[in-house]
Amino acid sequence: MDVDALRMDFPVLRRTFNGKPLAYLDNAASTQKPESVIQAVSDFYSASYSNVHRSVSSLSMEATQLFEAAREKVASFLKAKAEEVIFTRNATESLNLVAQAWGRHNLRKGDVVVVTEMDHHSNLVPWQQVAREAGAKLEFVPVTDQGELDDSFEFPEATRVFSFAQVSNVLGTVNDVKAWTKKARKQGALVVVDGAAGAPHGLVDVFDADFYAFSGHKMCGPMGAGVLWGKKSVLEEMPPFLFGGSMISKVKKEGTTWAELPAKFEAGTPNAADAIGLSRAVDYLQRVGFSSIQKHEEKLLKTTLDLLSDVPGVTVYGSAKARTPIVSFNLAGAHTHDVGSILDANAIAVRSGNHCAQVLMDRLNIAGATRASFYLYNTEDECHRLADAVKQAQMVFA
Amino acid sequence: MSLEMYREQILEHYKHPHNKGRLSDADTSVKDANPLCADEIEVFLKISNNKIQDVKFDGIGCAISTAATSLLTDHVKGMSLDDVKKVSRDDVFKLLGVPVSPARTKCALLSLKAIKSATYKYLGEKLDEKFG
Repeated sequence: MDVDALRMDFPVLRRTFNGKPLAYLDNAASTQKPESVIQAVSDFYSASYSNVHRSVSSLSMEATQLFEAAREKVASFLKAKAEEVIFTRNATESLNLVAQAWGRHNLRKGDVVVVTEMDHHSNLVPWQQVAREAGAKLEFVPVTDQGELDDSFEFPEATRVFSFAQVSNVLGTVNDVKAWTKKARKQGALVVVDGAAGAPHGLVDVFDADFYAFSGHKMCGPMGAGVLWGKKSVLEEMPPFLFGGSMISKVKKEGTTWAELPAKFEAGTPNAADAIGLSRAVDYLQRVGFSSIQKHEEKLLKTTLDLLSDVPGVTVYGSAKARTPIVSFNLAGAHTHDVGSILDANAIAVRSGNHCAQVLMDRLNIAGATRASFYLYNTEDECHRLADAVKQAQMVFA
Repeated sequence: MSLEMYREQILEHYKHPHNKGRLSDADTSVKDANPLCADEIEVFLKISNNKIQDVKFDGIGCAISTAATSLLTDHVKGMSLDDVKKVSRDDVFKLLGVPVSPARTKCALLSLKAIKSATYKYLGEKLDEKFG
């Protein structure tokens, strides 16, 4: 994998701030876009734009074809059927869809919904709300000191749903989806996987679950297109989430019947342009190759961990065996926002704060952390620049 | 943004903030937070003759927010409530004396918001002002 060549595909990486080249280490928040993705969205609007699934015009048929080809592409990425792929805005919407449509329909008083202490708010809060409404109990799989899910956790007999992060967006911990799914299934639970931090690294072989959610923008796709994959039999049983055009079969004054999958869950005009962009992002990542990407990411992770371990006062959170290239840390005596500002002065973009994971922050007994997260276009040189800037922050605040 | 934000004065106030602590006999207090950066602040005002006789604050904050609070609490001590109502965001930036980047404006103004909220609460009036 030629990182220098690949960086040329990402226009924004040519930018400088304060006279220094941008080091974009905020990939767990969102990733940059290659030219091919930007071009695909632009091409759709300039050459093929029309509403989809609506009219018999050649233009509309072309737009529909491009949109459905995007669905096929995403389905092949997931090794799933196209009719099981529902386009949403993002992982948050995908998870809300399941919580609202499946949860509200199926949860009863006394049921248990299980999430984990490392979940992003986008998984935790929708279930917390739906559980409260239904009178169901919300339980948490604890996180160990290593930053892994606690294997000794026993699912209560009344567990109806287990919804959890495939990868922690703070610690980078990769959870064993197969093993956890098997365990939750023993109590007959529905299994929902939040893949927002997993799919970008090609970790999508998870389909013994019932649902898998991810965002396109975290894997080189445009903002505004996400995916909910659902097992066909579960999707067929589940009532719709949003009602309106496209998702209906027959509408009469006295009632309505629903469209077939996946239309049943895609009410209204979809974001076809960004779905097409997402499919180009999958193309792009597959062309580079996920195994090459993963190897490169492992190297960046190791380099960063080694370099930061030499900086006095730095605490890195989590030490899981299986891990994506995310390093969350704090510097003694310095607030995470100040560390972020000093990194910014060095043109290094990271995220400071609680990372939409306040329950995990409580577990770690911190208010926030600085998070550097890497992707295919990051370099070893950027790891060194990060460590140097943290040393600078250490000197300012020591 | 450059490192200019972290001038000696700011770091000095961050490491050794003035008026840090709590007032057990406060006439009014307000708790506020900036959920983006997890900053939390609680301010306590001792008021008599329509003047702030004493002020203290507690909580965690970044260098910018802590320095701003340290400087602003000094600034309003002894001030009439009418004058406190007139303290503006520009006054806070002037007290800080460093360029504050847009991303950090909320940090700089958290204590102004809390002090004003406490003042208006004491007066039983409604505060209608945007902070950052």
